[in-house]
Amino acid sequence: MAMLEVKDLHTSFFTPAGEVKAVNGVSFELDEGKVLGIVGESGSGKSVTAYSILQILTHPGKIVSGSIKFRGKELVGAGESEMRKIRGNKISIIFQDPMTSLNPVYTVGNQLMEAIMLHTGRNHEQARERALEMLGLVGISETKKRMKQYPFELSGGMRQRVMIAMALACEPDILIADEPTTALDVTIQAQILELMQDLQKKLGMAIIMITHDLGVIAGMCDEVIIMYAGGICERGTADSIFYHPHHEYTKGLLRSIPNIDNDEKERLVPISGTPIDLLRLPPGCPFAPRCERAMKICLEGRAEEMWVSDDHIAACWINVWEAAQREAAAGGAQARPAHGEGGANA
Amino acid sequence: MSNENTRPVDMENRSEHPLVEVRNLKEYFPITTGFLRTTMLKAVDDVSFTIGRAETLGLVGESGCGKTTVGRTLLHLYKPTGGEVFFDGKKVAKDTLREFRRRAQMVFQDPYSSLNPRMTVGDIVAEPIDVHGLCKNKHERSERVHDLLQTVGISGEQASRYAHEFSGGQRQRIGIARALASNPEFIVCDEPVSALDVSIQAQVINMLEDLQERFHLSYLFIAHDLSVVKHISQRIAVMYLGKMVELASSVELHRHPVHPYTISLLSAVPMPDPQKARAAHRIVLQGDVPSPIHMPSGCPFRTRCNRATAECAQSCPPMREVSPNHFAACHNL
Repeated sequence: MAMLEVKDLHTSFFTPAGEVKAVNGVSFELDEGKVLGIVGESGSGKSVTAYSILQILTHPGKIVSGSIKFRGKELVGAGESEMRKIRGNKISIIFQDPMTSLNPVYTVGNQLMEAIMLHTGRNHEQARERALEMLGLVGISETKKRMKQYPFELSGGMRQRVMIAMALACEPDILIADEPTTALDVTIQAQILELMQDLQKKLGMAIIMITHDLGVIAGMCDEVIIMYAGGICERGTADSIFYHPHHEYTKGLLRSIPNIDNDEKERLVPISGTPIDLLRLPPGCPFAPRCERAMKICLEGRAEEMWVSDDHIAACWINVWEAAQREAAAGGAQARPAHGEGGANA
Repeated sequence: MSNENTRPVDMENRSEHPLVEVRNLKEYFPITTGFLRTTMLKAVDDVSFTIGRAETLGLVGESGCGKTTVGRTLLHLYKPTGGEVFFDGKKVAKDTLREFRRRAQMVFQDPYSSLNPRMTVGDIVAEPIDVHGLCKNKHERSERVHDLLQTVGISGEQASRYAHEFSGGQRQRIGIARALASNPEFIVCDEPVSALDVSIQAQVINMLEDLQERFHLSYLFIAHDLSVVKHISQRIAVMYLGKMVELASSVELHRHPVHPYTISLLSAVPMPDPQKARAAHRIVLQGDVPSPIHMPSGCPFRTRCNRATAECAQSCPPMREVSPNHFAACHNL
C-alpha cells in the first residue's frame, strides 16, 4: 500500500462570483522515499492539491469530495486535533516565498525551537541543540550566530534553508515543497535543489515537488504529474513524461520552451490561446479550446485516465481514439476507419 | 580604475557607428547607512557595450546585479552618474533627450503594475503618441491605436476596455503596443516574459521576434532565464554586482564560456531533460551574492570564485578580448 493515497480529490473555492473548482478529480499515490513532481501553470491547482493534503486551505476553500489516506488513515474529515498531529510531524511543507513565510519579529532560533518543542516534546535546551543541528544540516555556517538573527538579516537562499531546516526538524515522512526555488536566483536555486536531493538521500523522506518549471523537476523526480485547470493531464516516470508525452498539453509545453543546447535559431512553437477561466469550466477537456488536435468528443466530455504504458497514465481522447484504431486494425482491415475520420478539428 | 579614453570593448569590426553605444556607464545611488551618513551603492559600475541595428543584445545576471538599472540608465530614466550614451552617433544630452525618448522605448517586467488601471487600453497605447504629438487629429489617433493593437494580436475594438480585463499575456502585449506607438528603433525589454506562464512566454517571444523583423528594431533584452536569452539574442552580456564580466555571441558564450561566473551560471540552468539533467555536472557556487554596499575589493566575484588568487583581491580585472569578439573580465584566463 502506498504511503499517501489521494483519490478523486475535489477542492473548490466558494467565491462571491461562483464556485471555483481549483482541484477537479485528482488521484495519485506516493510511496515511501519517492520524489513526486507536480507541474502546472498558475491556476492549475497544484498548490491547492498540496494545501488540501495538509488541510491548510484559506477561507472560501473547501474539500468537496474525495479521499486522502496517509498510511491507511483517512485525512478528509479528520478533526483539527488529528491534523495537528500530522502537520509538521508526518507531513511538512515549505512555501514558495521565504520572505513572507518566516515571522519577521522573532529570531530564526526562536521560530525553529518553537516548531521542535511543539511537535516533539523536547525541552528548551534539547530543542536548541536540535535547532543548531538542523541549521548545520542545511548548510548554514556560524549556526550560533544565525540562531540569534532575524529573518530580514538573512538572504533569500539562507531563509529558504531555514524553512527547510524547520520543515525537516521533526523528521517528517513527506516533505511538500511548494515552488521552493521560484523566488530565488539560478545559482541559489541550484544550491537549494542540491541540498534537497542530498537530504532526501540522507533522511529518506518522500518529497512532493510542486513547480511550474519543467527544468527543476527533470533531474530529481521519480514520478511526474502534469496538471492543467485542476485536473491531471498525465502521470508517469520522469523519463516517459519527458520523452514520450501522451497529452497534447504536455507536448505543447515541451515544444514551447527554448532548448539551450540548440544552436540553430528555431522558432518556438507556442500553445495558442489563454489559460482557462476556472469559473466557467467546460464539460469537456479543459485544454480542448487551446488544443490543435481537439476532436468533437473533446468538447463533450472529459477523457478517462488511461494506461498508455506500464508506468504512464494519460487523460486525452486522442489516446483513446488511437487505441481504438489499433484494436480495429488488429481485429480486421475492413473495420479500420478512414484516416482522419472522427478526428475532425473542432 | 577606469580609463575614460578606453574605447567600448566591441567597437572593432563594426561599420561606422552602431545604433546604441554605451561608454563607461555608471549609476550610483546614495544610501543612508547611519545618522547623517551616506554610502554610494554602485548599481552599475563602468559598463560599456554597443547594440547594432536590428540586433538583440541579451543582458543576464542575478537579481541585484544591476541589469535593470543598466536598461533604465541607458534610457536616461535615471540620470547617469558617469559615462555617456550615444544613439545613432549622437550623444544623448539635454537637447537630444526628447528625440531619443521617442526613438527608444521600454517594455516593463510586470504587466500588472506597468499599465495604469484608470486608463483605457486605447489611452495607454496612445500616450506616447500624445506626448510626442505624432497624430494630427482624433481620427488619426484612434486609427493608429487600432493598428497598434492589431499588430500585437489584440482586436482594435478592445481599445475602450481597461487593463484589468485582460490576462497577463495580453497585458504584456498592450505594453509592447505602447512601446511601438512612437515608431521606435530601439526597445529595452526588461524581463518581458518572466511574469508570464510558460505556455504564454513562447507567444510573446515569437511576437517580439516578428516585430523585430517587421520594424527593424534593436532590443536590449534583460532577463535572468538563460535559455530564453540565448534563444532571442545574437550576443549576450553577463553582469555580476554592477560590472560586466563577459560578452560574446550567444552561441560562443554558451559553448565556450570563460569567466568562472558565466560557467557556473550556465551549469546551474535547470534542463528540461531528465537524462541530461541527471548527467549534468552542476558547479554549485558557494555562498551568496555579496551586498553591493559592501563590495569586495578587487574582482567582485572573487568571494565565490574557485579560481580566486591574491591578485583578484587587489585589482578589478578589465574587460579584454580573449578570442575574436569574445570579451571577459578575469585575471586568470
